[in-house]
Amino acid sequence: MTPPVAKDVIRVEGRVVEALPNAVFRVELENGHRVMAHVSGRMRMNFIRILPGDQVTVELSPYDLSKGRIVYRAG
Amino acid sequence: MTLSPKSAEAIERMRAAGRVVVEILGRLRQMTCPGVRTADLETEAVRMMAEQGARSLFLGQPHPRGGRLYPGQICVSINEELVHGIPGDRRIAEGDIVSVDVGVEKDGWCGDAARTFVVGRVPARVRELVETTAEALEVVRREARAGVLWSAVAGQIENLVQQGGFSIVTDYCGHGIGRCMWESPSVPNYVAREDFLLLEGLTLAVEPMVNMGGPEVREKEDGWTVVTGDGKPCAHFEDTFVIRRDGAEPLTRLPQAQVG
Repeated sequence: MTPPVAKDVIRVEGRVVEALPNAVFRVELENGHRVMAHVSGRMRMNFIRILPGDQVTVELSPYDLSKGRIVYRAG
Repeated sequence: MTLSPKSAEAIERMRAAGRVVVEILGRLRQMTCPGVRTADLETEAVRMMAEQGARSLFLGQPHPRGGRLYPGQICVSINEELVHGIPGDRRIAEGDIVSVDVGVEKDGWCGDAARTFVVGRVPARVRELVETTAEALEVVRREARAGVLWSAVAGQIENLVQQGGFSIVTDYCGHGIGRCMWESPSVPNYVAREDFLLLEGLTLAVEPMVNMGGPEVREKEDGWTVVTGDGKPCAHFEDTFVIRRDGAEPLTRLPQAQVG
């Protein structure tokens, strides 16, 4: 039997509701789910600040849908 | 990534499990003829496993992305079906290519192998597809030595397949194997971003999957059977190997004769 390659990430839009320590945020997704999301390294390198209320794009792993990675901030 | 090589004793136990797999594949190869149902192959495999004190690794395997447990004891995938075909009432026909995947656990250790059998006459190009996929395992045997990066071996598999004008499937991969069927690392058949160093005593199930057409595959409604996106034929070979200093030694082959 052959395992699938774990490369497919799910991208969803959401809104930041709360800033947590260590550059982690609570994000409410379009479907109403709330996930914990950290800021991607590339966004940190470019000093993109995230504040509660921001519209963001979050990448989720299909294996753990409760944690994600913020990869884009709208506006 | 920390990878643990297996002890000499563990390897001998895996060889015993591999031996059961080889014998079953040899028998199923003889049985793979027009008119035979895929479930008949499964029945025979189960009988042989019981006789040898082994059990199927596949039955009840949870789907990696969630979904129903695998309901079969072996996988039988015909023509455009690549892997994870569930045995049933389908009858094998003249001109089919039939991929049979068998994995067993015996005394706590695992063996896993697959072959694509050609039934009667097939177009020359289909035969080439099957031969190229089998050849990919020979590349592993020669090139997967201790001290070499896996990506160097995977690159040669990719070259071989591309030179033949076929596509390598990148949605599925091989795997470490030992006490469990699926252990770390992932063993892709192409040069991936993640790499690992081959160590002596590492046991890997390498399984090249090659498509006649494009590399796209999808899962059928039964939740398991993987078919090619364009409906063209595909082939799948697999062996459980132990990495040695001078190459990879297959644990799922007979000492001299070759299956497949």
